Amino acid sequence: MKMRGANILVECLKREGVDTIFGYPGGAILPVFDALYDADLKLVLVRHEQGAAHMADAVGRVTGKPGVCMATSGPGATNLVTGIATAYMDSSPLVAITGQVRTYLIGNDAFQEADVIGITRPITKHSYLVKDVTQLARITREAFYIARTGRPGPVLIDLPIDIAQAETEFIYPEKVEIRGYRPKTIRTPENIDQALEMIHKSKRPVLYVGQGAIISNAARALSAFARRAGIPVTTTLLGLGAFPEDDSLALKMLGMHGTYYANHAVQNCDLLIAVGARFDDRVTGKVSDFAPKAKILHFDVDPSSVSKNVKADCYVIGEAKAILEALAKKVRKLNIPDWLEQISEWKVKHPLQYTQGEHEGLKSQYVIEEISRHSGRSTVVTTEVGQHQMWTAQFWNFTEPRTNITSGGLGTMGFGFPAAIGACFARPGEDVWCIAGDGSIQMNLQELATAVDHNLPVKVAILDNGYLGMVRQWQEIFYDKRYSYSYLPGPDYVKLAESFGALGLRATKKNEVADVIRKAQEYKGPVLAHFIVKKEDNVFPMVPAGRSNSEMIEGMA
Amino acid sequence: MRHVISVLVENHFGVLAHVSGLFSARGFNIDSLTVGETEDPSVSRMTIVAKGDDRVLDQIMKQLDRLVDVIRIIDLTKEEMIARELVLVKVNAPAKVRSDVIQVVNTFRAKIVDVNPKNLIIEITGTESKIDAILELLRPFGIREVVRTGLVAMSRQSDGYKVPAHTAAKSEEGERAARPAKRKKK
Repeated sequence: MKMRGANILVECLKREGVDTIFGYPGGAILPVFDALYDADLKLVLVRHEQGAAHMADAVGRVTGKPGVCMATSGPGATNLVTGIATAYMDSSPLVAITGQVRTYLIGNDAFQEADVIGITRPITKHSYLVKDVTQLARITREAFYIARTGRPGPVLIDLPIDIAQAETEFIYPEKVEIRGYRPKTIRTPENIDQALEMIHKSKRPVLYVGQGAIISNAARALSAFARRAGIPVTTTLLGLGAFPEDDSLALKMLGMHGTYYANHAVQNCDLLIAVGARFDDRVTGKVSDFAPKAKILHFDVDPSSVSKNVKADCYVIGEAKAILEALAKKVRKLNIPDWLEQISEWKVKHPLQYTQGEHEGLKSQYVIEEISRHSGRSTVVTTEVGQHQMWTAQFWNFTEPRTNITSGGLGTMGFGFPAAIGACFARPGEDVWCIAGDGSIQMNLQELATAVDHNLPVKVAILDNGYLGMVRQWQEIFYDKRYSYSYLPGPDYVKLAESFGALGLRATKKNEVADVIRKAQEYKGPVLAHFIVKKEDNVFPMVPAGRSNSEMIEGMA
Repeated sequence: MRHVISVLVENHFGVLAHVSGLFSARGFNIDSLTVGETEDPSVSRMTIVAKGDDRVLDQIMKQLDRLVDVIRIIDLTKEEMIARELVLVKVNAPAKVRSDVIQVVNTFRAKIVDVNPKNLIIEITGTESKIDAILELLRPFGIREVVRTGLVAMSRQSDGYKVPAHTAAKSEEGERAARPAKRKKK
């Protein structure tokens, strides 16, 4: 049957199982919007294309299947860029579709033309400029396949308007064959026995688990392996949720704002087992002094992550789940009571802590802990970027994978709120919390209109200290308290919420917090809960950038 | 250390930008890069010569391998290879020194491909050391222009690294298992 390019695209999206697209129309993408007009596929009309990219990214993180965002050429496409970069840094499966000017005008500085393929080349896993409508079905099929397999990532399809309008016979490719791209479950199985031997020999092992474990759905395999062998587990920021934090083997997060016991376990271990983690500088601190006594065992699906920052003594290339399952079958219980004893002692002596007096100003940590306590184990929480993000990592009780949605690699302020909206579509009917700072929330606030439009149960906790808190903290500690342009008073969020048609709530004292949380949960639609918190508070523990993880600052004197 | 890297890529637009982008993003200079079709016109071969820190180059090669349009990547430096470069040289050759120039050309089995009263254009093919040597000897006559193709190189192994008949898995530490699977021809 002959079909127009735009209809072929929509048909391919449906066959990929896509039910929701996040997008914004414009001239060059209009044929596709026209095809969507009577398609049984929902498009969520955002208020800024950046929001669409973050929403689709969050769908990818929550479901493991690529989220889809769509924008027109030129400014529509460039507005997606931050969202695509965010997805790329955090290995999130995303398919971005952009309109493009007519093929014969490409490169001519046409109206609303931007070389989006060129602009996004370093921040996409792969990209396609469709120059022939007969290739569109194959390209769409490949784009989804590439986005979700191996180490996932964003794939961009740039679709010129004349290709979207052109007609051709619709032939859906049943199989994907890409000779340069063949992800495998395990590429180097021969190293598994050596890995096992290293584990059995070690006296002070630690598992260092990243998002790779979540991407490959390895949470169960990880628990089985860790418990069978009796190895303590620390996770990265994006790995939170891969291992239940209420387990006695859990060390919570490591790195710059990680726990004392996680960092000290890593600094003193004799075997560091990295699972789907990439030794990011926020994890390692001064890299030459990271896990200095340890042999490094690295499991990762991406060969280019191995020995990139820290040399691996042994590695297995493959998906975390398959590797951990293979290991769990053969691993013996380790006899390491002294090591576990030492770690318990660190846990008792150096817990994460803060104090919340009955009458003193509200603490962000307390608010986050209260929301976590009032939420179910499977509740999705997104964050923006800054102090509140680190406090969420520290004080939210993460027990299930795909519940922690945060911009770790790129650190994108403005991510959390649209991501929470995206998560609402991925988990229909469930509350999604967004923990936000007052700085970050102002970056994509326009999406409140989108949330109201769809009456989504998105609950935003704005922890308002009037500052860009993390910037202010660095200025306090490293720049002699010179608070250069980090104070930013915001609007009245309750009135703002009301003007959008959402519910606005406010708490300024400890005894108001539980009530606000309850009201937010009882309300069916979007809520902005405004918590006015202590102006100058710091995230501790902290490892100053570029210093060794052994040199943690536990608090200010 | 200097590396000669042979990369088999899909013969698409944009692939060159992607490959060279991985080098330029790290401020790495490519000494030379040549691209041409292989025995299979849907596949191009790039021969890249780059100098630099081994660890960084190793990382670049892993990232090249990750590109969807890269079919295979081989570090030829690690094995026996035949490497050649072609150079065109425009050299001053007025009547009184012309025979001296021709003598140098003959000694090196180079070829004169264009003649006019003032100068000659010489075509030289060979290893880099041969080319450097002849350029050194021609320099006193006055070199007006040099055009070099950059290195092309081939493994000496008899099965070599030709384009796989059907399709091949990407190299993971020299893995060369060709897998029989159908590939659509454009």
